Amino acid sequence: MKSIVSSILLMIGTVYLVRLLPLLFLRRDIRNKWVKSFFYYVPYVTLAVMTFPAILQATAHPVAGLVALIVGVLASVFLGDMFTVAILCCVAAYVSGLFL
Amino acid sequence: MANTHIPSTNTGWFLKGLRDGIPICLGYFAVAFALGIAAKDAGIGAGQAFFMSLGMMASAGEFAAIQLIAQASGAFEMISTTVVVNLRYFLMSCSLSQKLDPKMPFLHRFFLAQTLTDEIYALSVMTPGKLCPFYSYGLFVVSAAGWCCGTSAGVIMGNILPDAIVSALSVALYGMFLAIIIPPAKEDRFLQGLIVCSMIMSALMTYLPVLNRISSGFRVIILTLLLSSLAAFLHPVYEHTPEETEAVL
Repeated sequence: MKSIVSSILLMIGTVYLVRLLPLLFLRRDIRNKWVKSFFYYVPYVTLAVMTFPAILQATAHPVAGLVALIVGVLASVFLGDMFTVAILCCVAAYVSGLFL
Repeated sequence: MANTHIPSTNTGWFLKGLRDGIPICLGYFAVAFALGIAAKDAGIGAGQAFFMSLGMMASAGEFAAIQLIAQASGAFEMISTTVVVNLRYFLMSCSLSQKLDPKMPFLHRFFLAQTLTDEIYALSVMTPGKLCPFYSYGLFVVSAAGWCCGTSAGVIMGNILPDAIVSALSVALYGMFLAIIIPPAKEDRFLQGLIVCSMIMSALMTYLPVLNRISSGFRVIILTLLLSSLAAFLHPVYEHTPEETEAVL
């Protein structure tokens, strides 16, 4: 795709349909075990794949990214709050960046 | 929630949505700011970023979208990646459809679809009884303001802030992703294994020769379809009630 605007429009349309179609057509629960389980696991795999190893490439030095990853995992386990975890990761990446 | 008052009118629900949306708004602003920095690097302008955020309302989805734009990917890859990365909204939409009053005017479904984000969905399904769509609209107005302004601010301020801070802020999104997937896995060894396995496979596909020629968008699609199918086969979750399934999204 050459134009940024047409790319954005295409992806806006796609994500809207992903959200809309079940609301329009689904009037009863999904019963199929495998389909239900598949949908259940999708976000975990997708987000894990998007996070690693990309987090190592996001910072100027990969070790800063690694520190942010470790802090992020620990903060998610012990605190859990999305906003707090995100901020702590930034602080970890910044502080470790000072020493690299 | 501090305010447990249950409104009886559409206006009441809308105002409650505006109030409950404030913490979401703040969180969205910070994460969207990091997204804006990434958008700027991909050559996306502040206005385009605002428009993209309003239209897509998706953290991982927009993050993938920015990468696809940066790589000048083809239309097929853009559509298929967007579908896979945002599949959880499909599931939330399935779940939310069970929460709607059959007597609710059908037009609301077209608007509710746009409000479906992890946080707005979570608050909407937790309301007692059937969902009043105006509650979701109130949540959406406040959180979308934080999300869209945050993205534009990231594009604009990304140039002004020192590199060390921009570099540090760029991990905010990954922190948010971790905060979504790790807490439900705390007591679930299978999920822990699945997350670790996903990360290892992703690293292998990023660094191994030949495999590293596959673009990041298709890497996400291939691994998601492969590992989620396998996980559903090995460890079906049919024993979960809809309520339990919703809680981990």
